[in-house]
Amino acid sequence: MRGFVEDAARRLKSNPAAVAALYLMSAIIALALLAPWINPNSAETLDWAHAAARPGMQSAHWFGTDRLGRDLFVRTLAGTRISIAIGLLASLISLAVGVSYGAIAGYLGGRADQVMMRLIEILSGLPLIFFVIFLTVIFGRSQYLLFLSIGAVGWLTMARIVRGQTLSIRQREYIEAAIASGASTRRILAKHVIPNLMGPVVVYATLMVPQIILFESFFSFLGLGIQEPGASLGTLIAEGVGEMETAPWILLVPGGFLAALLLCLNIFGDGLRDALDVKEA
Amino acid sequence: MIRYFFLRLTAAVPTLLIIVTATFFLIHAAPGGPFDQEQTLAPEIKANLQRSYGLDQPIWIQYGRYLKSLAHGDFGPSFKYKDFTVTELIAQGFPVTFTLGVIAIALALSIGIPLGTFAALHHNTAADYVTMSFAVMGIAIPTFVVLPFLGLLFGVYLHWLPVAGWEAGSMKHLALPVIALALPPLAYIARLTRGSMLEIMRAHFIRTAFAKGLPAHTVIFRHALRPALMPVASYLVPAVASIMTGSLVVESIAGLPGIGRYLVQGALNRDYTLVLGMVIIYSTLLIGLGLLVDLLYAWLDPRVRH
Repeated sequence: MRGFVEDAARRLKSNPAAVAALYLMSAIIALALLAPWINPNSAETLDWAHAAARPGMQSAHWFGTDRLGRDLFVRTLAGTRISIAIGLLASLISLAVGVSYGAIAGYLGGRADQVMMRLIEILSGLPLIFFVIFLTVIFGRSQYLLFLSIGAVGWLTMARIVRGQTLSIRQREYIEAAIASGASTRRILAKHVIPNLMGPVVVYATLMVPQIILFESFFSFLGLGIQEPGASLGTLIAEGVGEMETAPWILLVPGGFLAALLLCLNIFGDGLRDALDVKEA
Repeated sequence: MIRYFFLRLTAAVPTLLIIVTATFFLIHAAPGGPFDQEQTLAPEIKANLQRSYGLDQPIWIQYGRYLKSLAHGDFGPSFKYKDFTVTELIAQGFPVTFTLGVIAIALALSIGIPLGTFAALHHNTAADYVTMSFAVMGIAIPTFVVLPFLGLLFGVYLHWLPVAGWEAGSMKHLALPVIALALPPLAYIARLTRGSMLEIMRAHFIRTAFAKGLPAHTVIFRHALRPALMPVASYLVPAVASIMTGSLVVESIAGLPGIGRYLVQGALNRDYTLVLGMVIIYSTLLIGLGLLVDLLYAWLDPRVRH
């Protein structure tokens, strides 16, 4: 197990794109976390003297301000913080639900497996957006329920991957050998099935985070997610679109941050997949 | 094969019915109703309105009535757009959304497949890396960031193309929305094609084709490409679903008069019939497409035919 992790880390390090993505991503996350100490402006204070001010290092507002004079540096990084938090939390929910559902289906096999997979097939045949729109309509627009509902629908892919892996691992020769040598079911699960499941699960969990951040910002963009005066990258971009002809920085700053963050997460996830040698689903 | 196709076709009807039923009860179960926004409404007037739309009846009777009118091809009246029926609203907006979607998917296929093949044939060269870097960008960067950025560059700064507007579907107005919409599926298709092409090129029948002296283009286009397109075919349904979702934001950013806005607005306004109409349109399209993909599969891979 140790050798495996070291191997993967070595392979990851030899991939310059993945390493660069990891550094940039860490920088964005560190900036988002430290923003309140770097720039003293508040995310909700209106500075009417500097409404829609241009970006510049010599002014108090490095990335400029929006129409209401709110500091864009602080608002964008607050939005980044919320987006990352929702991305991580919703991924954890998807991970927990998906892994248990997939492992149960793959482990039970037979009719139970068929029924469980049929349900997933039906659910994933529909555009995801219907579900989340309905969930937000029913539960109201709350950010806690938003990440819960995104997490609740994001588990489909994870369940399918885990189930497929469990099925194929169960048929491997080394499992047969372990059974033949008298290992208990518990030992087989702990020593053989779960470690071999870890690779794909880690990779898809990593690739799920940018997907969920994308969904969250999509819903916030449509006005279904984070509500004013709170900010997520999606709401900031929606605001910027309205102002783009006169004050393009209101769009470019949060748009640039979202694009960079998603790009880094994707490149890093792809690198991790290559390093762990997981086949593309 | 034809029998199988009809079997699937008849199976699509109950699926659709389940979707309609689930949506009907979900949206009716949501708190609030279509007339809640108008706060000045006197209780008697609200009661009258609800009676005239049949909302005072028990839910089962409403459901039965809805199905009955649906069977006659009538989606019912819209609650929010007072003088329109849902059929009229959809008939007005659908051509716009449909045009947008069809051009986008055509663009994604006609550029994505050659790009993926190109990258696979130049595996591990600079050309491959550049193509795949663009693919990652296309997949990672969301449509609602790409479209405003394109608009800023080509519209506001370069003045080449209009940022928004429809103008009876002129090519100029369609260009940016279609590109933004096509980019994610295009990138994904390029990646899928590259991956499966790399695998197929190592297969025995390709080695055999080369061994009997066929020129490279014959091997690639006659032998390799067809099986390599299987994953692309199975991606078509998700691709169209992603274009449908993308068209929600593209239409709102570019100010296009499509049906995208009705889904979100309808759900927020509790415009029951409008939401149901949209769900029916979208699901029918996706289910129908799924059937077509099955046929395509049989054509791409003779082993599937039965």
